[in-house]
Amino acid sequence: MTAMGRIRAVMMLALGTVAMAASPGPAVSADFVPAVVYDMGGKFDKSFNEAAYRGAERFAHDTGIAYRDFGVTNETQREQGLRTLARRGATVVVAMGFAQAAPLEKVAREFPDTKFCLIDEKLDLPNVRSLTFKEHEGSFLVGILAAMASRTGTVGFVGGMDIPLIRNFLAGYEQGVRHTRPDGAVIVNMAGTTPTAWRDPARGAELAVSQFGRGADVVFAAAGATGLGVLQAAADAGKLGIGVDSNQNHLHPGKVLTSMIKRVDVAVYDCFAAARAGTWTAGHQALGLKEDGVGYAIDEHNRALISPAMEKAVEEARAGIIAGTLTVQPYQP
Amino acid sequence: MDDALTTVLLLLDSTIRVATPLVLAAFAGLYSERAGVVDIGLEGKMLAGAFFAAATASAMGNPWLGLAAGVAAGVALALLHGFACITHNGNQVVSGMALNILVAGLAPTLAFAWFSQGGQTPLLPGSARLPSIVFPGVDAMAGVPVIGPAYAILFDEVNVLVLLAGAVVTVTGFVLYRTRFGLRLRAVGENPAAVDTAGLPVARLRYQALVVTGVLSGMAGAYLSIAHGAGFVRDMTAGKGYLALAALIFGKWRVGPTLLACLLFAFTDAVQIRLQGVALPVVGVIPVQAIQALPYALTVLLLAGFVGRAVPPKASGQPYVKER
Repeated sequence: MTAMGRIRAVMMLALGTVAMAASPGPAVSADFVPAVVYDMGGKFDKSFNEAAYRGAERFAHDTGIAYRDFGVTNETQREQGLRTLARRGATVVVAMGFAQAAPLEKVAREFPDTKFCLIDEKLDLPNVRSLTFKEHEGSFLVGILAAMASRTGTVGFVGGMDIPLIRNFLAGYEQGVRHTRPDGAVIVNMAGTTPTAWRDPARGAELAVSQFGRGADVVFAAAGATGLGVLQAAADAGKLGIGVDSNQNHLHPGKVLTSMIKRVDVAVYDCFAAARAGTWTAGHQALGLKEDGVGYAIDEHNRALISPAMEKAVEEARAGIIAGTLTVQPYQP
Repeated sequence: MDDALTTVLLLLDSTIRVATPLVLAAFAGLYSERAGVVDIGLEGKMLAGAFFAAATASAMGNPWLGLAAGVAAGVALALLHGFACITHNGNQVVSGMALNILVAGLAPTLAFAWFSQGGQTPLLPGSARLPSIVFPGVDAMAGVPVIGPAYAILFDEVNVLVLLAGAVVTVTGFVLYRTRFGLRLRAVGENPAAVDTAGLPVARLRYQALVVTGVLSGMAGAYLSIAHGAGFVRDMTAGKGYLALAALIFGKWRVGPTLLACLLFAFTDAVQIRLQGVALPVVGVIPVQAIQALPYALTVLLLAGFVGRAVPPKASGQPYVKER
């Protein structure tokens, strides 16, 4: 054996020892690789995607297991992101947003051993868990609050892209407003019909200002980053905004009436936790008030805006919906 | 009657707000294209202006520094465009498009590196945004019919950049048609060889035009991020640079018609916002998609039927090469 060969042999032995020593310890976590693919808007959109980010961060914090993520910057990257993460050995992948259903359908078939969780859309495959939210139930509650906070009796709604999901927010909101004020009016605007509608705050502000001009004094924004412009315009005009998906009350303290919360963070956390514990199942779950999947936010930033009477009314409605005595119709296309 | 008046006034108010960035960007394009440099990079310059204005305003807490930074970013990109296609005779469309792509990627990347908020800047507080001017006498005029509400709705709060845009239009009309600089600028876009023969520097004139372009497009971007809006969001110009370019072509590269084209685009947009979900007589509620296509359908109709041929400046798009 030459000197060189000997050194190489020693090195290989050493490496082998290191590898063997390393494998039993972190093996548990190395085998389990959770991942998230965010949708357009990005993980700091202060709304839908950010909720997933918080859920994933909490999982990482609680378990010490690092997760992988992928930020989509244009529509063609969704499939690429899902496939890349699956190929690189992710155990469970969360796909955020209704638009990932089509790419996920392809990728999930290619990687039957990888578990996928799809948020906001249904997909019937043996390795996909679909989680949708009963947005209409949460929107019903903020509709009640909007109608009670409104002085003019007219409230506004600014949606992002005009899709059934957003119409579902609207359907619940309208029912909530009418439930409280049968004569109440809802002014509706959609920011657009293309994905650009999710990230055009200037347009959101313009839509909100137009609604204020027509008498609205509370406006509910279900429009991703476009909604930031809506809330901004409401704060500028001295009106009230209502946030969506994440708790957005802190964006303009005292100017955001409440936020319609979708517990996307809980859904992501549960998806990871179930996959880790081995209790993960495929199928569809619709999360509503009963499952604590949707709700409204009260914190120190909007405490003063919610009167005891408002809180009582909204809690009554909540209890009614959970008990089944009060039904909220979802959007019917 | 009162309701109808208020509706019309609100539409006009909205038109002015939506038109402001279009006017600034279209007039930015007017300077460079009249000087013979095609500028398809308005979108990129606006986006850069929006980003640097918001980033600076957020870091320093001063909107005027933000505006200065936005303008500086616009000028820097305009000069880069000039370096590529005036100094080095590059293709003007390619260079402009390259700027658009560069900024679309660079702005979110820098935002991510500096603010770690996923390609956005933090939301700006009121003190870091360009102020609105409250015109005096709104209350005093309130009793006067027609003029009272008109004054109250249109002039109660006007952002400084809206006023500045108005000034830009007036000044441009004067400069382009009434000054020596304007004459030379137009000449260099029509027949640079003649300008050269007269002993004037073609390249320097075109660079001067591009600096003005940079200033105005930077302002257009700043309007979006620190005046009308409050912070930078990825791709926030959302095609307004291209729309401004369309308005410029629509306006046949002239001051008055270009202004009108911008106002028309903004007005149809304001109308479509107002018409969404409203039941109209006879037809009922029109689907959102159809209403949102209204501005574009109108543009096609007008372009095809009423405007006639849009003839660009003769030397536009061609680099000037002195024959030797």
